[in-house]
Amino acid sequence: MAIGWQLATVGSIHDETPTVRTFTLGLPGWSGHRPGQHLDLRLTAEDGYSVERSYSIASEPERPGEVDITVERIEGGEISPFLHEVVVPGDRLEVRGPIGGYFVWEAALGGPLLLVAGGSGVVPLMAMVRHRARSAPSVPTRLLFSSRTFDEIIYRDELDGLASARNGFEVLHTLTRGQPPGWTGYSRRIDEAMLAEALEPLGAEARAYACGPTALVEVVANGLVRLGLPPDRVRTERFGPTGT
Amino acid sequence: MEERIALMRDDPAVDLTVDANAVGGMLAAVFGADVTASPSQCATCRTVSMVGTMRVYMRGPGVVVRCPACAEVVLRIVQTPEATLVDVSGASWIRIPRQAATG
Repeated sequence: MAIGWQLATVGSIHDETPTVRTFTLGLPGWSGHRPGQHLDLRLTAEDGYSVERSYSIASEPERPGEVDITVERIEGGEISPFLHEVVVPGDRLEVRGPIGGYFVWEAALGGPLLLVAGGSGVVPLMAMVRHRARSAPSVPTRLLFSSRTFDEIIYRDELDGLASARNGFEVLHTLTRGQPPGWTGYSRRIDEAMLAEALEPLGAEARAYACGPTALVEVVANGLVRLGLPPDRVRTERFGPTGT
Repeated sequence: MEERIALMRDDPAVDLTVDANAVGGMLAAVFGADVTASPSQCATCRTVSMVGTMRVYMRGPGVVVRCPACAEVVLRIVQTPEATLVDVSGASWIRIPRQAATG
């Protein structure tokens, strides 16, 4: 089955951080997605020049007919400044997807689940977290999330809210470039000692998903295998800041 | 592609490769199905890898997909306004699913 382009209508737009914004896209013909998948967005200028980018889907599949994408604004980029500065609710965009059959977690796969994110690498993992909350809230899940500063933590309030349910979902934050007064989380780049602490309560049966810049993903994947996870249960996605 | 390169300038810890998962849409347009969870064999070292786990270099005019084991080129794809050029000489074979594009 070939994947064709379809028209999405921009619904709500809201800010996650000063440079990261979430767009809800209405997609009446959407076939549904699996948490972790992405979509391609295509913009075409009047002269026919077109550009495509891949963005992870942030929303859970339990919301029919719409998806959220969370986009970091990249200076000098071709699409993200357009999305941030020009696009308003009601605009229409070309979308292709869902795409990706590898970096996927669904309730049926079970847990425990260790999710490791760097920056906007949290986006596809958020689809898994939201899916878990809706369809598999008993799966023990820990999210180890590296951000640069407190104000740059994407989905901070929603993650706090989900963790406060105390139903087996926990978030471990690390801030690598500055911490607010009284910060009780980690204050360094993710390393093997941090991974060991994150993994310990979940045990060697855990499934792991790591998404973020290549350097972070390499540290996580190698570290988790050294800590005893089978390589086929450590799924990775290396990417830039704008989506996959 | 510029967006990724802009990031690289911002952050020297990030290199120019991403997983082929990121070009899954383009690959689906070429092969007629989502191949990110499909195996393919590197013609150089004979390692079989899931296409989505192969490395993609996006700085050039096209997309270069390399073997995660030996880093040799497996696929090259260049899109022009008129056509898509696909070089598969680095792959012994690739499995293309007949249906279920979402894997």
